[in-house]
Amino acid sequence: MSRIARRFATLRAQGRGALIPYVEACDPDYDTSLAILRGMPAAGADLIEVGVPFSDPSADGPTIQKAALRGLKGGASMKRVLEMVRAFREGDDGTPIILMGYTNPIEAYGPERFCMDAKAAGVDGLIVVDMPPEEADLLAAPAAANGLDIIRLVAPTTPDARLPIVFNGASGFVYYVSITGVTGTRTASTDELAAALPRLRRATDLPIAIGFGIRTPERAANAVSVADAAVVASALLNTLEGTLDADGKATAKTVPAVLEQLRGLADAVHAVSKTASK
Amino acid sequence: MSATETQAGANSLRSGPDGRGRFGIFGGRFVAETLMPLLLELDAAYKAAQADPEFQRELDFYLKDYVGRPSPLWLARRMTEQLGGAKIYMKREELNHTGSHKLNNVMGQILLARRMGRTRIVAETGAGQHGVATATVCALFGMKCAIYMGATDVERQKPNVFRMRLLGAEVVPVTAGAGTLKDAMNEAMRDWVTNVHDTYFLVGTVAGPHPYPQMVRDFQAVIGVETKEQIMAAEGRLPDAIVAAIGGGSNAMGIFHPFLDDPEVKLIGVEAAGCGLDSGRTAASIERGRPGVLHGNRTYLLQDEDGQITEAHSISAGLDYPGVGPEHSWLSDIGRADYVGATDQEALDAFQLCTRTEGIIPALESAHAIAYAAKLAPTMGKDQIIVVNISGRGDKDIFTVAEHLGVKL
Repeated sequence: MSRIARRFATLRAQGRGALIPYVEACDPDYDTSLAILRGMPAAGADLIEVGVPFSDPSADGPTIQKAALRGLKGGASMKRVLEMVRAFREGDDGTPIILMGYTNPIEAYGPERFCMDAKAAGVDGLIVVDMPPEEADLLAAPAAANGLDIIRLVAPTTPDARLPIVFNGASGFVYYVSITGVTGTRTASTDELAAALPRLRRATDLPIAIGFGIRTPERAANAVSVADAAVVASALLNTLEGTLDADGKATAKTVPAVLEQLRGLADAVHAVSKTASK
Repeated sequence: MSATETQAGANSLRSGPDGRGRFGIFGGRFVAETLMPLLLELDAAYKAAQADPEFQRELDFYLKDYVGRPSPLWLARRMTEQLGGAKIYMKREELNHTGSHKLNNVMGQILLARRMGRTRIVAETGAGQHGVATATVCALFGMKCAIYMGATDVERQKPNVFRMRLLGAEVVPVTAGAGTLKDAMNEAMRDWVTNVHDTYFLVGTVAGPHPYPQMVRDFQAVIGVETKEQIMAAEGRLPDAIVAAIGGGSNAMGIFHPFLDDPEVKLIGVEAAGCGLDSGRTAASIERGRPGVLHGNRTYLLQDEDGQITEAHSISAGLDYPGVGPEHSWLSDIGRADYVGATDQEALDAFQLCTRTEGIIPALESAHAIAYAAKLAPTMGKDQIIVVNISGRGDKDIFTVAEHLGVKL
């Protein structure tokens, strides 16, 4: 059983939903992002998404775009991202780590070598934003060979007839992109979410995480009241950005501010009892 | 006249892409899941339109009476004499309405968007030629229009920005990155993914996710189809070489495609070498890039070792793009077309050569093709023939050229 499956099984047994925060590697520098990553489990993270910076994040809104550019400026490369995960794993063997990024840096690294090195570093799953099922063969074999989960995105535009195609080859969990749009913009309403989830549940037994536009503890709690997990990215990155000095460098406030906000989100998520909704 | 090419046979180089939108290893559909169902819908709608004679009739009507096709094939006598070699013909795409080849594709796609019931159009633009063409058809059909344009390009292509606004389009300057075509493309994709319910993304070049490279090529192939007929009428034979400028590569793909199965015709794509192929300030994706994935397709890209896309550079805003259409990448790999570079300076020289010998002010994009043709012609015999695609007119570029010539306007 993969670390991701184990974590969701434990949460299910406890009747809890999961909070999945996002940290952009090397934003604004390696040490700061590693400190945030290391602090996340104690602040309530159940799983963690680590963003792999890319120069052209065309599915992301302004907040993640800026974080990616800060990450690149801060020295991010695929090698550095994997180093960061390895450093995290030295102190945490339980919290699943999912890398989120775009195809080209993986292709440049070499898909097979990437999957081997990612697994060795302690990565558990991959979300490749611009790799729909139609292009998934690039990673399918090496990911499977190395026991990495491929987390598939599913969108409001995905018709029912397409769901089996999307979920074929998916593992770990399913990421529901709750709005048509880029990250960190509009928020889906509770009604929209409540309407969307049953059609996904009919098509998959995998846990479902909701992401895009979840900015507050209330929204995060709403999300886990219908789904299994809530992903929060832009809201945390906005907080991080707000603590940087005029040159874009981290300050003494950076790590505590992000973790403090994470604690508030986690408390709200963990206050939702999941036993009734299943 | 018909824009439709004759059916390609099994061994034809014109039968691509395959069912996955691939030309060899290039192409594909690397987009977020939100867009994937839309691409599948677009592909189906395009196939249905292709099979519908009424669609072709409608397109032919607009191409003739609105775009002004066919465009002439002009024998450039004075330039030929001055260069002292092969006979140079110019395919006069700059005479199309809006002043470039861009309207061929835009006309096809706007008719498709209307068939699909879309009411709002988004597009990216570099030099502004595609933006102007798109704004034009949106005015013609009364559709809402948003054009994304890099802030740097907004600055260096002011006349086109004003044209687009006059035509009723909203021009959105994009400040991300270097503020050029790549960044405009990212932002147009973000708009599309946000407004999928009513918006059609009108891609201006033979790049992007399938079916765009194929569709844009098909709509631009009218250039090559006409060229073939015209050169046969004028010379009774096919040309020895066809030369066209490459940014994304739509004018080149349009004139190349009908000739892919004629091996005696050399096809030459001229990339923008910028300050020189090895200067680090270039837009020559095929010559100095590696295959990678950007903007929905796998193709040659300017990128660093880690797969981060690097900024392109060219004097010409329309060529200032770190990628290229996937079919060109494939044609380069299989050796059917040759890709070469022309520098900013060579393009400026060719701009003046064409203006003074032929009385035709070419776009700086097209000047790259002229620059290479001017090198090639003297090495060929006087009985040989080169066709150069004059993809656009240069009125938009006079400010840039004046600046480089040290003239204040």
